[in-house]
Amino acid sequence: MAGGAASGGSANTDTYKEARTWLLLPAWVTLSILVLAPVGMMLVYSFLTKEFRGGVVWEFSFAAYDQFFCDRGLFGDEPCAIEWTYVTIFWRSIWQAAAATLLSLAIGFPTAYFIATRPERMRPVWVFLITIPYWVNLLIRTVSMKFLLRDQGPLNDALIGMGLIDSPLHIVNTNFAVQLGLFYSYLPFMVLPIYAAVERYNFSLSEAAADLYASKFTTLRRILLPAVKPGVIAGCILVFVPSMGSFLAPDLLGGAKNFMIGSLIEEQFKGNAGNWPFGAAASMILLTMVLILLMLFARQQAKAEKAEG
Amino acid sequence: MASKQFDIKSYTGFKSITLLCLAVLYAPLLVVTIYSFNASQSLTNWEGLSLRWYADVFTGPESAKFKSAAWNSFVIAIIAATLATTIATLAATAMVRGGKFRLRTVSFGLISLPLMVPEIVTAVATLIFFNAIGFDRGVMTILLAHIAFCIPFAYLPISARMQGIEDSYEQAALDLYATKRQAFTRILLPLMMPGIISGFLLAFIVSLDDFIITNFVKGAGVETLPTAIFGSVKQGIKPNIMAISTMLLGVSVVMVTISYLVGKSDNTK
Repeated sequence: MAGGAASGGSANTDTYKEARTWLLLPAWVTLSILVLAPVGMMLVYSFLTKEFRGGVVWEFSFAAYDQFFCDRGLFGDEPCAIEWTYVTIFWRSIWQAAAATLLSLAIGFPTAYFIATRPERMRPVWVFLITIPYWVNLLIRTVSMKFLLRDQGPLNDALIGMGLIDSPLHIVNTNFAVQLGLFYSYLPFMVLPIYAAVERYNFSLSEAAADLYASKFTTLRRILLPAVKPGVIAGCILVFVPSMGSFLAPDLLGGAKNFMIGSLIEEQFKGNAGNWPFGAAASMILLTMVLILLMLFARQQAKAEKAEG
Repeated sequence: MASKQFDIKSYTGFKSITLLCLAVLYAPLLVVTIYSFNASQSLTNWEGLSLRWYADVFTGPESAKFKSAAWNSFVIAIIAATLATTIATLAATAMVRGGKFRLRTVSFGLISLPLMVPEIVTAVATLIFFNAIGFDRGVMTILLAHIAFCIPFAYLPISARMQGIEDSYEQAALDLYATKRQAFTRILLPLMMPGIISGFLLAFIVSLDDFIITNFVKGAGVETLPTAIFGSVKQGIKPNIMAISTMLLGVSVVMVTISYLVGKSDNTK
């Protein structure tokens, strides 16, 4: 990045073009065997028959998807009516992830903007401060959050000590606790792309707007926001996608009432439910939703890049 | 000029929100660190500073479990990070210095795949895969899953670094009759070292911290630190968990800091 163009050298060259197949081979092999093939195998398993206490019987069956979408009554012989149990769990996950994304945006945008307008020397330090907690074990962070928020926890103690409240606030085991946990898990994913977009933004545009008597808020809304929109969308996707499939925040902070997709899937493999094909089908549905979202996003980014020239 | 420009750029409240954001990010970690030094048996009361819970981690009733979990965690993290970093360095060389080729976009997609697929889906898929090919679950399955999952985390800082190194150094070597292999090992690799070290450290932390995939592919009785901690937390948060969490937290923070400082250093000058 630094000084590359000045001395005429370039970084993207074809120096090792003869060797590139060999250089890429280890990555291709590893990822094909350990990521692509497993996803394919998961698709196959979602169409197999369940074995009780985990595992599958190699017999084609549509039962997993049928169980997901169809309610066939107590004895399982009625015609398909819509089964709401799992759709509701998916819907709750989407809703929780959306709320966490909005919370991250509300806090992350001003933070990213503030960092991007610091003197250039200080920006990496701020970015570093924001990203450190991300690298701390997600489990430890979630447990810490629970410890801080619980009824007898330090937060309630402090609030009661200051005389702000009389009895402890019940935060753990609510939707809000899950949203807070998700916010805490993925905040850097919101801040970093917005930061990158604001850093590239040409502030003379804002000056021009101000010279033409636009208020600060109008300048923010009409000039800055459209310019950094790709960064904002990238941030929202990067928070929304992992939030939707998260397991630890809903499991530790949400309690049984706030069940999300991650817990539903986990239960099929680790818990008592033990229905592998159903778990595979639920994972496939989640993966399909995520991939559609990412494809829409990629198209939107490509459009934005074209518009920029 | 500076003051006027600064005025246009700054919005009231943004600074307070940033500080609030940092407070929210750091408060839980600080609280856990502080309470890990609590002398009290209960989590609620503060009874003065003590190292008893740290001693408990090493000598207490659960110490054997934690020791074997820590051993597994570190061995897996070192091997997975080393292999992932090697694979990522070779791949980055092909992607950045291999010219334009048809499979470039596909290759990039494949490398970033573990970042796009939700972690729980990767976990399910990997478990099913090992089950389908009849591979017994144990330390080996964790290791294989971690190698794949760590590749993008190693790849991103390494390729970013390579894009920052102009090829004039290698060209100079080639002009002086170095072979391509020599240009790669004697010139490019040493220049790449900061990026490679950053990539290695990030991959190491990602492996050390992973819970979801590990929880799915580990065999019965095999634990890593995160799965051991999760098992204990499910029976209620105890003070010794605070102590072990604080130590793990310390390892992560030190590693990220080293990665940041090394990544910042510029050895092309």
